Parts: sequence; C-alpha cells; structure tokens
Amino acid sequence: MTAGLGLPALGRLRRRQRRRTTVVLAGLVGVVAVFALLSLGLGAYRISVDGVFRTLIGQGDGRDDFIILSLRLPRLVAGILAGAAFGLAGGIFQTLLRNPLASPDIIGVTGGASAAAVFALVMLGAGSLGVSVAAFVGAAGTATAVYLLSWRGGLTGYRFVLVGIAAAFMAHGVLGYLLTRGEVREAQMALSWMVGSLGSARWPEIAVLATLLGVLTPALLALRPALGLLQFGDDTATGLGVRLERSRISLLAIAVALAAVATAVTGPIAFVAFVAMPIARRMMRSGAPVLLPAALVGVVVVTGADLVAQHLLPGNIKTPVGIVTAVIGGPYLLWLLATAGRNHGSVTRIT
Amino acid sequence: MLTSLRAGRGERVGRDVTQSGRSFTTRRRLGGLLVAVLLLALTVFASLALGSRDVALPVVVEALVDRDPAVNDHVVIWDLRLPRTVIGLLAGLALGLSGGLMQGLTRNPIADPGLLGINAGASLAVVVAITWLGIGTTAGYIWFAFGGATLAALLVYGIGSMGGDGATPVKLAIAGSALTAVLTSLITLVLLTNLQTLERYRFWQVGSLVGRDLDTARTVLLFIAVGTLLALVSGRVLNALSLGDDVAHGLGQHVVRDRAVIMTATVLLCGSATALTGPIVFVGLVVPHAARWVTGPDYRWILAYSAVLGAALLIAADVLGRLVAPPGEVEAGLVVAFLGAPVLIALVRRSRLASV
Repeated sequence: MTAGLGLPALGRLRRRQRRRTTVVLAGLVGVVAVFALLSLGLGAYRISVDGVFRTLIGQGDGRDDFIILSLRLPRLVAGILAGAAFGLAGGIFQTLLRNPLASPDIIGVTGGASAAAVFALVMLGAGSLGVSVAAFVGAAGTATAVYLLSWRGGLTGYRFVLVGIAAAFMAHGVLGYLLTRGEVREAQMALSWMVGSLGSARWPEIAVLATLLGVLTPALLALRPALGLLQFGDDTATGLGVRLERSRISLLAIAVALAAVATAVTGPIAFVAFVAMPIARRMMRSGAPVLLPAALVGVVVVTGADLVAQHLLPGNIKTPVGIVTAVIGGPYLLWLLATAGRNHGSVTRIT
Repeated sequence: MLTSLRAGRGERVGRDVTQSGRSFTTRRRLGGLLVAVLLLALTVFASLALGSRDVALPVVVEALVDRDPAVNDHVVIWDLRLPRTVIGLLAGLALGLSGGLMQGLTRNPIADPGLLGINAGASLAVVVAITWLGIGTTAGYIWFAFGGATLAALLVYGIGSMGGDGATPVKLAIAGSALTAVLTSLITLVLLTNLQTLERYRFWQVGSLVGRDLDTARTVLLFIAVGTLLALVSGRVLNALSLGDDVAHGLGQHVVRDRAVIMTATVLLCGSATALTGPIVFVGLVVPHAARWVTGPDYRWILAYSAVLGAALLIAADVLGRLVAPPGEVEAGLVVAFLGAPVLIALVRRSRLASV
C-alpha cells in the first residue's frame, strides 16, 4: 500500500534526475563546442567561424588550413583529450578509493611522472620526446610500485592511498632536490614543464592518447556498474556480487594508464583530475559515479583555461595552461562549496 | 542462591579483567611514550655530537657542561649545532601535533597540516616578500610566512563553513586543497616570470633547519606554546568528534566552537613551524600514523606521541642529512621525505589499519 503510494514519487524523482543529466551533459558539450570554435578562430591571425567550418570540412583556403590544422588544432585536441583523461582518472580514483583527496596528484602518479621527466630534463638534457617517455615510465613505474607495496593478500583502498601518498612525497623530495641542485634556468624549465602546457603536444603523441581513450572508454563503461557498487565499501560490494579484486584492479589500471599518458603528452596539468569529479557531482546533484560529466568538466576546464592563458592574460609571456586551470577551477569549486545548502545533503557528500 | 553467587563472582571477575586490561593498555601506552622520549633524547644528543666536523663524545659532554668559548669544538656545538637542534625540536613538535589535530579535525587519515592551505599561504607570502619587498633573509621571511599561513587558514575555514551544513570535514578538506592549488599556481606564475625570486625561493621551499638563529626561534616560541596547550586539551574533544558530528553534539560538545579551537591550534603550530623552517610536509602526516599504531584511536595519547615523535623524526632527518654527503648537506625537508616514506609504507603494510 505504502509502496504503491511511493512509486509515482520515485518515478518522478528518476525522471527529474534523468532530465537533469541530459541538460547538464548537453550544456557541457555546448560549452566545449564554443570553446573549440574560439580556440580555433582566435589568435594573432583571426579566422571567422565560417572559415573555421570550411577548413574543418576540407574546403578552406591554404592559409586558414595551415594555421588551423598545423598550429591550433593539435593544441585544441591535446587539451580536449588530456582534459577528458585527467577528469576520468581523477573520478575513478576518488570514487574507487572513497576519498575526495585521492586524485592522481595525491597518490604519486603525477609526482612520479614529474620526477622522472625533470630528471630527464635537468640531468640527462633530454628533448621533448625523451621527457614524454620518461614521464610515462615514471607514472607507470610509481603506480606499479604503489600497487605491489600495498598488496597484502588483497588490496584495500585505504592502504593503497597511504602507500601512494608516501610515494608522492618521495617523488616530491626528488623534485625538490633536483630543483635546488640544477642551474636556476634549468629549474625554471623544469618548473614550467611541471605545471603542464598544451603548446608542445605533437600529433604522434596525441594519437597515442586518442587511441588509449578510444580503447579504454568502452572498458570503463562496462565496469561502471561495478564502480557504482564499489563506492559503498568492500563488504557491500561483495555482498551485491561484485568480483571485487578483478574490478578494482581493472579500474585502477585504467585510471593509471589515462593519467600517465595524458601527463606524458601535456605535463601534469594541475588540479584538473582533482576538481572534475566534485564539480560534476555538484552539477548532477547525484551520489552515483558521474564519469562522463567528470570527463566533460575536465575538458571544459582545460580548454577554457587555455583560452584564458592564450588570449585574456596581458603580457607577451605565454602562460602555461596548468597555472590557469587551478586559478579558474579552484574558485569555482570553492563557490560550489560555499553555496551548497543543507537540503542538498547528497550534494556536499562526495565520499 | 548458587546461581546468584556465581553471577556475582562472574561479575567481579569480569570487572577485574577489564580493569587489568585497561591498566595493561595504559602501561603499554606509557611505556611506549617513555621509549619515544628516550628516542628523542638520543636524536638530540646525536644532533649535538654528529656533523661534518668530528667532535669526540667526551668533548661534547664537556662542551655542554662547561662551555669554553676559546675551544673551537665548543663554539661549533653551541653556535651551530645547538640552534638547529632547538629549531628542529620546536618545529618537529609543532608539525607532529598539528598533523594529529588535522587528521582528527577532518576525520581524514591522509590529511596533513598543509591541507588548510598553511604551506601554500606561507609560501605565497614569502614569494611576495622576496619579489616585491626585496627581503632576502630567513629571519625576514618569518612574519610573512606566519601571516600568509594564518590568512590562508582563515580563508579555508571561512569558505568551508559557508553553506547550509557548516564546516564539515569533507568540505574543509576540499576547500583546503582547492585553495592550495590556486595559491600554488600564483606562486608558479611569479617564479616563472622572475628568475631572481626562483633563485632564492627554491632554497627556502625545501625546508631546512640551517641558517636560523635562536632569536628566530624565540619569536615563535609563544605561538608554539599556546598552540601546544590548546592541542593537548583538545584530545578529549577530538575523541568525541571522531564519532561524528551528531554523536559529538549529543555528548554535549559544542562542535563549531571545538572546531574553531582546533583550527586555531593547528594554525599556530603549523604556521610557526613553516615560518621557522620552510614548508616541511611529511612529518605532520606520518607521525600521527606511527603514533596511532601504538596507541590506538585515543587522541589524547596520539597527540602526546605525535609531539615527541615529530621532534625526533625531524631532528633525526637533519642529522642524517649532515652525514650522507659530507662536507655538503642535504636539507632536512628532503631527508624527511626519504626517511618517512619507507616508514609510512612499512607501517601501513604491517598494521591492521586502525582507521581515523
């Protein structure tokens, strides 16, 4: 009887949630499209919306083609792919480990990448490809080490996070050492790699990242129900029939691969992985994992920050995108935190 | 009759068991604390005795007991080794305590005192002082570091407590991380455009006990004393808060006021430590974990242990840094990461993970 009374209300709630999902996703995609047009059209040589479209369908003139396809498109595509990869990786880590602080920056993945890359840069004098390879090896190596060290006949999320933090601190120790020992110019070079920028991305590296995202996204979709259950804790998840260890290892491997390759291509763009999921959750007003919105938020943050860095900041120094991501994403998250009301209890919950 | 007697005896036996259990735990905790204090004494002595200059042990003792300004070894001990030992002691104690407070306050085992934006706030203030005010000495940085730390923490707490449900642990943690990221970006922006600032800043940011004299320590001594006092009376409160806001409220705690007191203590302690040594990150995270491993979840004991072990860890790191690459030195802040990380990993692997 009471259940009969409750069902229509539940249905209404579900419908409302579904509508909200559609609106948020459409809105995010729209924002990405506008940002993409702006970033292809704006610059020292301005190209009209019309011209951008003509070039994209293969009917532009030679000059537009060159500027868009060789200069601006790689930058844009790298931003979109890296934003999505960081957003997904952060979202997976935060949901799986049930801790809002557990983004790849915290658990050593990007730290390992940075330490290896800066070592290659400062000590070995490596070029951009060498730095990318070093970053990938550093990230993957750190993640594997963390995984092996936290394995004790099974894997607990909590233990994984703590070992990851220890690894991150060691990596930052190495970074601090490298920064004080090199020449100050080298330190500056290292610093600018460490904030992450889109300018150095080239098509071959971008292709690797695109392929990876193309392969891993379906895998992620298949694991999504398991992730939804894992966030309730191991016991509940086991009780509900999740094959705990296998799902968790697959999800962790996917998150690490995404973060590692994205870091290798663009450098560790600060804050995107951390901020994407909390913002997406608050937009969706949902306690469930919101991977697709998180990926889109990541894209919006990176492309938007790059627009600001390229065109809005005064001066002729090209500001790396990683500086702007935090300056834009941080206050937005703070604003969301400050305005969340009590009646949206689930909104402020993230763990 | 018989059953009631038995029941009575059973009750008594039960009480005896819990009582002896309790005293066993207390004895274990006291014993552990004694070991920790001995460890600290050992590191202090090592810090006075060891370094790139060889000083024989009898001479060390002689220097401490009967100081002779004409003897070079005595001068080394009193003017070089004693100040950095005192600074290590103060900063380590402050960092350990504030780490314990922070993990209790946010109910997050991976929180460290820097999470309130303290390190980032202090760093940005120092960068501003170097770049635009032309200040270039550690003693000159101290008030900037302290002021920046306080401002950042106030901002984090202010933002964290806006909105309907007040300063929940999760909101504090997220607000702290977000503000830290913003401030770090601003720091990087200045450093990338200003080579001279980078040159000075990179040596401050590793965290070191060298180059500060005892006057610097005297400046923050009062803050550390007040912070320690607040921290030590907060143990019981943290125990209540660890049961969740609702239960703590039901137990008669004034949750908002308690949080404010704990925040104040954290800012005083961690701000002072950062002002003294530069941002040293690992101590505040790893020491409360080591403490919890021995003491269990009682914050009164965790805090006491954290204070002693924090000082011991930082001084030990400083001593090791002197010994690994003579005649050069590796800064304590770097050694702590290399020393602390394996310790943390070993602890995490061994323990059954008493959660916060």
